[in-house]
Amino acid sequence: MYKLLLCWRYLRTRYIALVCIVSVMLGVATMVVVNSVMAGFTHEMQVRLNGMLGDLVLESRSMDGAADAEAAMETIRQTAGDAVVGMSPTVSVPALMYIDVGGQSLTRQITMVGIDESTYADVSQFGDYLQHPDNREQLQFELRDDGYDVYDHQIEDQSDMKPRQAMADAGWRYRRYKAMLKAQQREQRRRADAARMQALAASGVDPQAGFGETGAADSAAVPGGANDDANPATAFSDPFATAAGDEQPQGRDFDPANETHTGIVVGMGICSWRGSDGADQFIALPGDDVRVSFPKASLPPEAISEFYTVVDFYESKMQEYDASFVFVPLRKLQESRGMIDPTTGIAKFTSIQIKLAPGVDANQVRDQLQEAFPSELFLVSTWRDKQGPLLAAVQMETAVLNVLLFMIVAVAGFGILAIFFMIVVEKTRDIGILKSLGASAGGVMGIFLTYGVSLGAVGAGVGVAIGLAFTHYINEIADLLSQLTGQPVFDPAVYYFYKIPTIVNPLTVAWIALGAVLIAVAASVLPALRAAKLHPVRALRYE
Amino acid sequence: MSELRANLAAVSGGDASLVAPRRAAHATAPHVRLAPLPAGVVDAAPVLLGCRGLQKSYRKGAHQIPVLQGIDLEVRQGEFLAIVGQSGSGKSTLLHLLGTLDRPDEGQVHFDGSRIDNLPAATHDLLRNRYFGMIFQFYHLLPELSTLANVLAPALIAESTLGYWRRRRDYRRRALDLLELVGLSHRLKHKPRELSGGEMQRAAIARALLMQPRVLLADEPTGNLDRSTGEAVMQTLIELNRQSGLTIVMVTHDRWIAEQADRTVQLVEGRIAD
Repeated sequence: MYKLLLCWRYLRTRYIALVCIVSVMLGVATMVVVNSVMAGFTHEMQVRLNGMLGDLVLESRSMDGAADAEAAMETIRQTAGDAVVGMSPTVSVPALMYIDVGGQSLTRQITMVGIDESTYADVSQFGDYLQHPDNREQLQFELRDDGYDVYDHQIEDQSDMKPRQAMADAGWRYRRYKAMLKAQQREQRRRADAARMQALAASGVDPQAGFGETGAADSAAVPGGANDDANPATAFSDPFATAAGDEQPQGRDFDPANETHTGIVVGMGICSWRGSDGADQFIALPGDDVRVSFPKASLPPEAISEFYTVVDFYESKMQEYDASFVFVPLRKLQESRGMIDPTTGIAKFTSIQIKLAPGVDANQVRDQLQEAFPSELFLVSTWRDKQGPLLAAVQMETAVLNVLLFMIVAVAGFGILAIFFMIVVEKTRDIGILKSLGASAGGVMGIFLTYGVSLGAVGAGVGVAIGLAFTHYINEIADLLSQLTGQPVFDPAVYYFYKIPTIVNPLTVAWIALGAVLIAVAASVLPALRAAKLHPVRALRYE
Repeated sequence: MSELRANLAAVSGGDASLVAPRRAAHATAPHVRLAPLPAGVVDAAPVLLGCRGLQKSYRKGAHQIPVLQGIDLEVRQGEFLAIVGQSGSGKSTLLHLLGTLDRPDEGQVHFDGSRIDNLPAATHDLLRNRYFGMIFQFYHLLPELSTLANVLAPALIAESTLGYWRRRRDYRRRALDLLELVGLSHRLKHKPRELSGGEMQRAAIARALLMQPRVLLADEPTGNLDRSTGEAVMQTLIELNRQSGLTIVMVTHDRWIAEQADRTVQLVEGRIAD
């Protein structure tokens, strides 16, 4: 009983004990916050990775693919049975994309994926990442009239994010408007040419047959006999005519105001970037035409170039994917690359995405499937296998951070050790008094152990409370710090999240608190032993 | 417990007459002494505490300093024994050995007919808690606790949390009675540093009596007090001895104080002088 009473009195009257509590508290709070944020990031990343990659992937080791997706899917179904709930064949190929921006052509290196729009959304979260609500329901490679998301539908709290105003214009209306502008420009250019021709005619130079017409064929027909300075306009308009993507590549009767090329879904990172103010800037919108070059699946490879119309953006918030993937209809890509056998009509595929039933062990199914397919031609991997190094790195990072932060708590433990020794020395006479009154060595030791436990418990308790509060308001705190320092603490341009994701794992918090208390107890053992071993007579005489 | 109650009742029953004459004596005739018990009463009582051939030395660096060199002593039940001696004569050490705060190098300590110096530490703790009451020159109250809590400290040490909780009313009543007995009822909530020396010593006496000990060991109880205060404390001790038959062993260097005891033993250089 006296142990608790004295413990409480010492705790209340020794303000230096507060220092111990504060150091334990800070260590615990930091660990709680760091673990929550790391867990949040990891979770976010894993959800995105899994969403992107599906559960299981069967890949052909050949870039040109393997024949007959139907047969392969049948084999999968027979091998894995009920474990498989969805499958979708895809073709992927490295490609170059050319985006026309104000007459300049921007080239991007991309990975072009042909997907079967009816099944692809079943095997991954792909559908959720699209920007048009109807496409999220069921993807169609068709340009929508309008209604593309101005507000990021994946963020619950819209208060902090900048709306994507440009997306309000996207769609058919934007396409028609651009087509109209193009037509007006062409008309202006035609009139300017006509005026120039008339001026030339008036100055005595004989105008040739190109009068009143524009276009590559006509400007090429301008005679070489004319002076160099006589036809600069037509000479310069020529390269623009071919570089500008939405001229007429497929024949004279293609009308951009009413027609589109095959639809393409482009990664958000390819067509936009995020400014440091958190607002997204776009270089192309749904409704724009882009040109893509990729190799045919033939020997020798032959590069082909095709026009596509952007019909939607896709944003997984994994920068790596958003900045490199574009999606086109599977059949169209197979045709363009010559992957369809002309006699049998059987098409090649490069991979099959597999969705597993919930609760199924992906590794086990992977091993079953790998046995069913020749491993020199096919590779079966889970999404974790594919992102193994990244996941391992994040796990490693968390572990190292925890070790380092635990050191902080351990340092707090040494503080407790030093301060306890001090208190034992200061309280030597009291210890002697207690012993003269019949307190046992174990009892005296108990006072200081209880003291240590209380310090640890109070420190850990308050630390957990502060840590949880900090985690809860971490975005507000980050904003405040940004305002105070003038430097963004959490730059959305870097992380592609608007907010810092956090997940509080109760078990982790419990372990942290327990660890802190244990350290406090361990640190109080030595001083407590010293107190217990004090000789009562010498302690009583201590001045 | 009932025994203690009876004693307490005996003591506090004569409270009015006890406290008043003491104050009167203090104020008017400081040298008035209570009549000693008839010699035969104490002499016939059994030996409660004693030692034989007690030796103790302290080591200081390479030197062995002998403090006690063979002490034989017997304290009878109900006796008030004073041990006098110069500073450094070993009288405090003797008291510590009798009170099991320390262990002798040679010799034996007996309590109530059995040897106690060789008992394990836990039993010594129990003896100090239940059978010996101790008071010291520098009072040795716990500075963090109030007067009342200080008096209750032995009970807190003796009992588990639950046990104390169950008997807290009894203990509290006993502590209040004792504080009233020593005249500190008005100082219950005060911390030791807010008390005068005499008050602190009286609180220490109350604490020493809480567990109803068989022997009270007093180490220079008046050594740090002025004459009149010291006398009042002495008066309290004498009354305890006379009224409730409490056995007291007191160490002092003050001959005048020692004279008030039943018997005086002189200690010279670690031996009892004849």
